[in-house]
Amino acid sequence: MSDSSVPTQLPSPIRASRREAENGVQRNRPAAFTPVASPDPSEVQVLARAQAGDHHAFAQLYSLHKRRIYSLCLRMVGNIAEAEDLTQEAFLQLHRKIGTFRGDSAFSTWLHRLAINVVLMQLRKKGLSLISLDEAMEPAPEEGPGRSFGAPDLTLSGAIDRLALERAVADLPAGYRLIFILHDVEGFEHNEIAAMLDCSIGNSKSQLHKARLKLREALRTNTRQEARS
Amino acid sequence: MMDRPGKMSCEEFQAQLPELIGSGENVSEHEHIKSCELCRALLADLETIAEAARQLFPIVEPPDNLWEQIESKIKSEGSGNGARSRVESGLTARSE
Repeated sequence: MSDSSVPTQLPSPIRASRREAENGVQRNRPAAFTPVASPDPSEVQVLARAQAGDHHAFAQLYSLHKRRIYSLCLRMVGNIAEAEDLTQEAFLQLHRKIGTFRGDSAFSTWLHRLAINVVLMQLRKKGLSLISLDEAMEPAPEEGPGRSFGAPDLTLSGAIDRLALERAVADLPAGYRLIFILHDVEGFEHNEIAAMLDCSIGNSKSQLHKARLKLREALRTNTRQEARS
Repeated sequence: MMDRPGKMSCEEFQAQLPELIGSGENVSEHEHIKSCELCRALLADLETIAEAARQLFPIVEPPDNLWEQIESKIKSEGSGNGARSRVESGLTARSE
């Protein structure tokens, strides 16, 4: 089932989609972002011109997408200089490959997939055991969070410390971090993420859930440590 | 001290939770959640995390000179000089 059929109930944060976000729930995405389902006609024209070799049109594409791609890179690697390098490489690859875009998916999804591959390649070079998106999506079993069957000795009721959560996200295994950022921070839906990562929608849902469970564990541990000190 | 409220155990419910949440179900109305304090607390925590995530890592602008660098590389490639990017050359993670 496609997530486009998500019922329009009260926008619970745990399942709020970008469509809900665009209807008033504040998210981090910029106003200029183009909805996947109905691409901006002007962007379609710009894209066609860029594919035909128009350098000014390519510059316009850069302007339209630079913030989202740069922010994704920065969120994944947490280092400004590295994020700049990765953004540069993503757009250089875009320039080389733009002629191969056939419109089978939204351009922004395609571009994100390209950028994600650049990021994952870099993480692999840095020694993280990520060979492919498949592996990114399937962290080692011992990395998976346990389920919660014990007594609810500590809950995260109330506000979460933003810095503590950012640290916890940064400490997630890269595959979990990627899917959490794409869904919960950037607001992509599972069907879009599945297209970007070439995985099933079910896999996307499962990995996101595991990421949230790991964050919960980390935040609870952090809260316990603060209570002791 | 969670017993097995209703017909579904916590383990069974939590095994279904990713699909329930991901498919947009109103999980708080689920029969198991209504009768299980543990899973209600879990769901509340996950919702809190998802809500907090919206405020994380604000969208940021790349530096203005990044386009100039990209443009320069594109021109180099177009002229056949084939200058490789820092990522291609393995020169990333330069010190700030």
